[in-house]
Amino acid sequence: MASTVFIPALMRKLSGGKDRTTATGATLRAIVDDLERQFPGFRDRVVEDNDLAGSVAVSVNGEIITGGLSESVPANSEVHFVPAIGGG
Amino acid sequence: MAQQEAKFKVIGTRPIRHDGVDKVTGRAKYGADIDLPGLLHGKVLRSPHAHARIRSIDASAALALPGVKAVITSADLPDLPSGGAMMGELPMNPRHLSLNVMARDKVLYDGHAVAAVAATNPHIAEEALTLITVDYEVLPHVQNVMTAMQDDAPILLPELRTSGAEEKSDKETNVASQLRFARGDLEAGFAAADAVVEREFDTSMVHQGYIEPHNAVAQYNADGRSTIWVSTQGAFTARDQTAMILDIPSSSMKVVPAEIGGGFGGKISVYLEPLALVLSKKTGKPVKMVMSRGEVLRATGPTSGSHIKVKMGANKDGTITAAHIWMAYEAGAFPGAPVGAGCMTVLAPYDLENLQIDGFDVLVNKPKTAAYRAPGSSNSSFAGETVIDELAEKLGFDPLEFRRLNGAKEGTAQPAGPQFGRIGYLETLDAAQNSAHYQSPKPQASNGKKRGRGVASGFWFNAGFQSSATVNINSDGTANLVTGSTDIGGTRASCAMIAAEVLGLAAEDVHPVVADTESIGHTDMTGGSRVTFATGTAVYEAAQDVVTQLRERAAKLWKVEVKDVAFQDGVVSCLSDAKNEPMNLKELATKLPRTGGPVSGRAQVNPRGVGPAFATHVVDVEVDPETGKVDILRYTATQDVGRAIHPSYVEGQIQGAVAQGVGWGLNEEYFYDENGTLRNAGFLDYRMPTCLDLPMIETILVEVPNPGHPVGVRGVGEVPIIPPPAAVANALHNALGVRMQELPMSPGKITKAVLEQS
Repeated sequence: MASTVFIPALMRKLSGGKDRTTATGATLRAIVDDLERQFPGFRDRVVEDNDLAGSVAVSVNGEIITGGLSESVPANSEVHFVPAIGGG
Repeated sequence: MAQQEAKFKVIGTRPIRHDGVDKVTGRAKYGADIDLPGLLHGKVLRSPHAHARIRSIDASAALALPGVKAVITSADLPDLPSGGAMMGELPMNPRHLSLNVMARDKVLYDGHAVAAVAATNPHIAEEALTLITVDYEVLPHVQNVMTAMQDDAPILLPELRTSGAEEKSDKETNVASQLRFARGDLEAGFAAADAVVEREFDTSMVHQGYIEPHNAVAQYNADGRSTIWVSTQGAFTARDQTAMILDIPSSSMKVVPAEIGGGFGGKISVYLEPLALVLSKKTGKPVKMVMSRGEVLRATGPTSGSHIKVKMGANKDGTITAAHIWMAYEAGAFPGAPVGAGCMTVLAPYDLENLQIDGFDVLVNKPKTAAYRAPGSSNSSFAGETVIDELAEKLGFDPLEFRRLNGAKEGTAQPAGPQFGRIGYLETLDAAQNSAHYQSPKPQASNGKKRGRGVASGFWFNAGFQSSATVNINSDGTANLVTGSTDIGGTRASCAMIAAEVLGLAAEDVHPVVADTESIGHTDMTGGSRVTFATGTAVYEAAQDVVTQLRERAAKLWKVEVKDVAFQDGVVSCLSDAKNEPMNLKELATKLPRTGGPVSGRAQVNPRGVGPAFATHVVDVEVDPETGKVDILRYTATQDVGRAIHPSYVEGQIQGAVAQGVGWGLNEEYFYDENGTLRNAGFLDYRMPTCLDLPMIETILVEVPNPGHPVGVRGVGEVPIIPPPAAVANALHNALGVRMQELPMSPGKITKAVLEQS
């Protein structure tokens, strides 16, 4: 259940400059746990109150997910953490 | 001009809007029309200072005025802790929301609320405001985003720390947050360029300019329950924000959305609702509050001014090799500028290998900004699309062809990273290129005036979020459609038409109702161009639920299996026994009481599959180089609209957004004096374009259906405000040979640029 996760530019100090990594997990929570194992401090940047921080959105295979950390992530997905955007 | 799909009978047609008669006859009920027995009138005392400490407030003289029933200050509101709370679709800080509604220790902008009065009529309430004494200690203020970022700038919120930065800092700052998107190798990209353009841009704070001022009527009952009638883009959002500010259960309150006279993003935050409710609780009477135009401009949520730096390079083949963009946006007095969207949209129409985009959300002593149609994107695209135009010119490319060479398509990685699904950007370029406008000769100078043509493109995400819908079948075979989505731009019609399409009814036979918060399931605000997409999805599913039930009822009547009943074009027919005569909905509706009772379909959704929107605009301008006056001669807007449910309202959205974008580009700006006081808080001095200033806006609807929606809908209301400032700037360059780098491109700035050039 490995996916490719792109590391946000201002979090690449945590990843030693890497702009992407492989993370394992069937849900976004498991993927974040794996990212935390790889890059300690990652979770604090994207998680609040045990769920995805409100200011953060996650794209899985080009689509913004709606299920927060419980969202299923298919194997071989492409995962991006991006700012949450509203609208007028 | 729109493509038509033969398979639809209702979608793509142009029925008269369901709310049209009420609106043209003046019968539609707006917030200010609400009247109740014993109604009191509330008014707000506002700060004359841009930044000051409140030492004391003395309301005794006001309270002594006959007719005054109550005065409230921040002492009457809970002192909320700072933090993050989800408010529908996005997080909000309850403390900041509360402090914006009523200042506590400090005022942070000209117009910031400091007290409110309820009286027996509005005149007494206004007089009472003059009797309230506020002792201020005036503090240094900062209104320029670049100055506010400096280490020695006056600090608005001492507890604020920058979020999102690479390193955590405990330093006091006005920079609320920072973000960056980066990929590839910028240095190598610029080294590979044959032409590099580097420019800096400034844009002014502007207001949405909706015609109807903010209003609220609140009635607090002795049992602790309350009702608020309000002009809002989201009844549930208004309810939840008010409950948060007053620290009461949201379920104790019913919010009734009145008809709305424009919002464009500016009627998502609450301003008056909590104050009216507290005044009502204090007096035991219903309280109405209606802002003046000056209050709307001084104290609601305009959108950010900004400073933007762009460096972009391209090679002789027309490939953009590198782009480096830096932008700082004014948040106003509390965090929340739309800089994230500005960063994510500016280069989204293009497929770029090497890029870096930095964004900063910066507090200044101006009103807290709010959303405004594709928030943040007009600013950054003014800068980005101007530089794209200049690169094309330097390298000898037609500006549309240059965009096509670099254009995003399905599979292109956005600047933020995710790949696009099916999008229609290239189709908008084709439509612009082939338009009668672009194919016509470029306008020629005459009578000492110069003429020019410009183009620009734009991208907006659109949104999903939560929606609910109920479809009830009437005994005459028509349907009532209930949603919770405020109708700003014709969404009653578009949602009713989706239901009609599914049910095989005429659009006029579906009666849409926008319900209060106790009459429909949770529905997020009308914004993000989401209603026809998300609420439309709920409507589609609710109508499908009705169809399922109708087939079950027919099966019961005919004593056959449900699988043997078909439903098409509003008619049920029996597939297994030809003796059973087909029935239309009108006939079947009469039989519902004896087959189980009423039929009601419902759906609640939080849909994925949002389809982004792209637009490309062409404009011809005439400019008088001696006076700087600009006239728009011709304007054509092309846009991938997904599926145009009601093409007239799609065209109307585009035309309205273009008018706003032209105003943003040429005239509109918040003008503050050296004391930080807004000096143009009225429509005489805050110059918005009228129909006399604009030609008919020509629209070309490009339909690339969104595969993520049952009938192909993309949002349409926001992306058309993005290209106008850049398109006009590029046209002015074509006319005058000067690059405008500041919005608005008002006559003084144009004549200055012409003089500097000569």
